This record gives sequence, C-alpha cells and structure tokens, in this order.
Amino acid sequence: MSILVSKDTKVITQGITGKTALFHAKGALDYGTQMVGGTSPGKGGTTVEITLENGEAVSLPVFNTVSEAKAATGATATVIYVPPAFAADAIMEAVDAEFELAICITEGIPVLDMVKVKRYLEGKKTRLIGPNCPGVITPDECKIGIMPGYIHKKGHVGVVSRSGTLTYEAVHQLSTRGIGQSSAIGIGGDPVKGSEFIDILNLFNEDPDTYAVIMIGEIGGTAEEEAAEWIKANMKKPVVGFIGGATAPPGKRMGHAGAIISGGKGTAAEKIATLEACGIKVAPTPSDMGSTLVKALEEQGLLDKCITHEV
Amino acid sequence: MNIHEYQGKEVLKQYGVVVPEGKVAFTVDEAVEAAEALGTPIVVVKAQIHAGGRGKAGGVKVAKNLDEVRTYASEILGKVLVTHQTGPEGKEVKRLLIEQGCDIKKEYYVGVVVDRGTGTVVMMASEEGGTEIEEVAAHSPEKIFKEVIDPAVGLQAFQARRLAFNINIPKELVNKAVQFMTALYSAFVEKDCSIAEINPLVVTGDGKVMALDAKLNFDSNALYRHSDIVELRDLEEEDVKEIEASKFDLSYIALDGNIGCMVNGAGLAMATMDIIKYYGGDPANFLDVGGGATTEKVTEAFKIILSDDKVKGIFVNIFGGIMRCDVIANGVVEAAKQVGLDRPLVVRLEGTNVEIGKKILNESGLNIVSADSMADGAQKIVALVK
Repeated sequence: MSILVSKDTKVITQGITGKTALFHAKGALDYGTQMVGGTSPGKGGTTVEITLENGEAVSLPVFNTVSEAKAATGATATVIYVPPAFAADAIMEAVDAEFELAICITEGIPVLDMVKVKRYLEGKKTRLIGPNCPGVITPDECKIGIMPGYIHKKGHVGVVSRSGTLTYEAVHQLSTRGIGQSSAIGIGGDPVKGSEFIDILNLFNEDPDTYAVIMIGEIGGTAEEEAAEWIKANMKKPVVGFIGGATAPPGKRMGHAGAIISGGKGTAAEKIATLEACGIKVAPTPSDMGSTLVKALEEQGLLDKCITHEV
Repeated sequence: MNIHEYQGKEVLKQYGVVVPEGKVAFTVDEAVEAAEALGTPIVVVKAQIHAGGRGKAGGVKVAKNLDEVRTYASEILGKVLVTHQTGPEGKEVKRLLIEQGCDIKKEYYVGVVVDRGTGTVVMMASEEGGTEIEEVAAHSPEKIFKEVIDPAVGLQAFQARRLAFNINIPKELVNKAVQFMTALYSAFVEKDCSIAEINPLVVTGDGKVMALDAKLNFDSNALYRHSDIVELRDLEEEDVKEIEASKFDLSYIALDGNIGCMVNGAGLAMATMDIIKYYGGDPANFLDVGGGATTEKVTEAFKIILSDDKVKGIFVNIFGGIMRCDVIANGVVEAAKQVGLDRPLVVRLEGTNVEIGKKILNESGLNIVSADSMADGAQKIVALVK
C-alpha cells in the first residue's frame, strides 16, 4: 500500500510534446510508471517516440483533448506541465474529464487563476496536487513528476512538503539511514493550491503501510498550524516536522509565491511553536530531519519496523 | 510588484473608484505648478516611496498656500524617510504626490486580499481607519468585518452593503460605499492584484466616499497579461542586485549578513540561510538558481553575490536531482574561474554522480572547500568568514 499512486496507476501527460514534459515522461517510464499517453491540442492522432535508458522503445499516443485521452487509455491520473498562462485551463480540463488525480508541476500560475480552479474543483471527483510542486512518488512503483527517483527507497515513512528540494533532502536523509518511504508528496509552494497538509496527512493516517510522517513546511500562511491542530486531534502515527524560513525577512517573497510573511503573520517561529505545542517534534536544522524522525521512531518503538534496507 | 500611491489611484480611477484630484511631481517647481493647477485652498504634499508609515515619518504635509507647498516640497524631496517598513536605512523620496485637501468627516479601512485558507478573494472593512489593520486585528478583532467572495459571481451588492452597514458608514452614503467597494473589487481581479488596501477610505463633508490612500500590489505571476502595470514599475525603489538577478531568472533577495548563498530550490535556499544562522553565521542573501544550475546561471549568480562588498565567503548548496553533480561542479568551477573568485567558497553537493562532482571541485586548483552535508558546509563557511 501507499497513497495516491501505485504500480497500477495509469498516467497521461498533458502537454506531452513540450520539452520538459517529454523529458519527465521518459523519466517516469524509466522508473516503471505506467505512462500511457498524453495530450497536445492539434497533435491528436500522432505519437511521441521515447527510447528508454534500457534501450526499449516506447510509443505513446497523443490526443487533442483530455477526455479523449482518458477514454482511450483508461488512465486515472494526469500530470500537467503546460506553461503558466494555460495551466489553469489544463487543470480544469482534467477535472472535467473526471480524473481521480491531477498533478500540476507548473510554476508561476497567477493566483487568481488558482482561485477560479479551486472553485471549479468544488464537488468534483478530482484531487489536485500542486501546482508549483515536484509531484508524487511511491518508491519502486510509480513516479509522477520531476523528483530524482533513485534517492527513494520503498518503505513506511510518508513525506509531505511545500518544497521540492527539501523533500529530496528529507528522503535522502531517510534512505541513507535505511528508512524507506511509503509515498512522498509535494503539495507545492503556491498560496492557493489543490491539496493542503491535512488532506495528505489524512491519507497517510489511513494507509496501513505508513507508520510515521515527515511534514516539511515553510513561512507564509497558516497551513502548518492547522495541520498541527489536526494531527493532535486525529493522527494515529508519529509526525515530525521542519519549517523553513526562520531567517526570512518579513514582506519578501522567498522564491515560492506562498513563502511570505505578511502583516507579521506566517513566521517560522509561530509555526514551530504551534507544532511543538501540539506534540510534534521539529527538526532544529534541515540537516536533522532524518535524525529527528529516528528519535521519534525509537520513542514509539517503531524504528525496527521502519528500517527497510541496508545502507 | 509594488507601485506608488499616485499610480495606484490612477489605476483605481479607471474602475470608478473615487480618489482626490492630484498630480505627481518630481521637482519643487513641478510641485508648485501642480498645486496651482489644482486651485484648492488646501493642498497635501505626499512623499511617494514603496513603504507605508510615511505620515509618521514626516513624509505627508498639509499646505495652506503655494509658499507652504514650496517649503514642504523642498523639505520632503530628497529626504530619506525611515518608517517601520523601510528598514533602518530608510528610502530617499524622489517623487511627490500633490493632492487636493479634503474635508474629512471620518476615516475607515477597506482591503482586498487573497485568503490562503479558503482559496478565495476576501474583502475586509473596519471602522478603525488610519490605523494599520494588523494593529486593529491585534487589539479589537471584532471591529474587522470580512466578506468571502465567490469567484464565479464576484462581489455582490448585498455583501458590500453588509460591510458598509457593519462599519457604520452613514446610511445616506451606503450606496456610494457599495459602488466604491464594487469598483475596488473589479480593479483587484481585473488587474491581478495581490493586495488592494484603502487606508483610509474617507467620507467627506460634501458627501463623497473616496480613497485617501491606496496601496496596490500585483501578482508577479500575472504581469504577463498587464503590460500597463509593468510600465508602472519603479526600478529605483528596488534593490539593484535583485533587479540584476531577475534578468537571469534567478530568485535573489538581499539580506544583511556576510555569507553569500547559492542554492537550488526555494525551500532549500531558505533552509540554507536558516542553518547558517543556526551555526552562528549571517546569510547575505537568499538565492535560488533553479533546477538547472548551468554554468551561465551560476556565473551570473556569483557575480551578483560578489558585487555585495559585505560578502566574506560563499556557500553553494546544491541537491542535484535531475541535474547531475558533475555537471554542476563543472559549472561552479568554470564560473569561479570566470569571475576570479577571491573569497572562500564552500560547496556541498549531493545527488547523482556526487563523487565525480567532488573530484572535479578538489582537482580544480581553486580554493574550494567541499562539504559532506548541509550542516558540515554551514559550519565550514561560518568558520572561514570569522
């Protein structure tokens, strides 16, 4: 088990003829993901030819519309790499086609476009991850997105994060300690997004193969505080955290559109205080994410169960 | 992106938001001419900088005649205003807004923001005009009223009316307040604002509802569809290094410390600053070189970091995911050679081909210290700049 994606997940790539999309479609196929096709309006009926690292040639069908692609391939998940100006439309097309899961990697979507998308998602079937995120991976089974697959090892720790590179950092610290991951989910660095921490924590909570979770937050907004309260009330598994941006000056956007302290709100200090008040151990530095989790696992007697491989 | 108050008022005016008559002035003579053209008995001379708190810092003066306009304009132009938003170094005033004075009966607050929790646009209003909304939120949150706006239909009249009644706008002016709020909302969504704050909104003796101040910020991700707004950008209000960085698609923010940072990924870049601080150092900047740390980008990043005289050493922290470490190492070495690096450099590489990457760094003949982890790298650079 895992969350969101598994070896059975069939995926299409929206905007597959673009350079970045094609590069990562190949990466997904190399990893073993069931990438089954893609869309590119006007190029329906053609194929994209991909030669994998192992020399195998793969030919993926291209469709004009997302609903056609879904009907023809039986895909349940879609990944979106289309440029920011067209990304909101692409997400809504995926929602309209009733995909179970839509993952939007695109960075730079206007926030008011996402406000519309969020409204459009209400009452619909689709779960949106992102935008401005690295994607979703279940080690050894399915990789959808831009993360380096090889650092991940199959196991029992869930990772959820607003930052791509900090997710890799956490995963790397786990894998090098012999601790594998159930799934790693990047929810993205934008202020308005498809899924929040609580949505993903809920899934990890229900997943029998996830024994503990690392939650990586950063300055801006109050999602970490809300998650902390939710964890205290509902979570059956240990969660450890890290919050980036303790040294960030107020009023400045730290790379991510959502990473900004505004009106004195959304500071790392506030978030860390709330997490700790809710009984969540917070790593003092980004280098200590792995060791902080190990400590929590030891205390709960879960460490042996979480060691999945030799290092 | 920020703009000046006078520009914000011009934008709002296009949507029917009532603002006082006014004109921008770059010189004292222009200020006097503008006041003369306004022809009102009272004229307000307002410093135009990208920061709030101007009034308290002496950047806003009420003039009763043209002589006073001249006096105040020469006093304020060129003055360095220090407000709670400028930082201790302050900001030099290079533009003035010369505006008609008005007969203020009462001040209110109206603001529009994107609420992250609900993913919607929210309009807030309060009777406590003239005070910062954060302050009102801290001492009397019950005085702030909010309306969550459905993006499918926009701000409805009943919502604006409810806000107007809640903040006790005189009932004969409620309809004007509703028009004001509706226009403000239209400007916010049509121009892709991230903040639109009217503080104060005033009602006047002659029965007007108008914006006495206007703070508009725009979503930089949406500027591609607003060339008119891009034209309002005032580069003099921004950090030179930040402008240079944006040309190369580098995300850079200047800080006060002496350790330059170059990192891939925004989250890791923030965390790198944090860990430097944790080990007793002070980061000089935030810098995200993005996923593809190419030689060209790394070179430009080095140039920008080194242009800051305060920088005594540099910490490069790269998690090579898709991008291989050997490629990044070559980029760093090449860039360091090109810029003639003269300060200590600590490089922490992790990811694909990390061993080859480290070898390239060690054999480069340059004074590069390689680190095994983020913590190791942070400690090394902190020690080197001490």
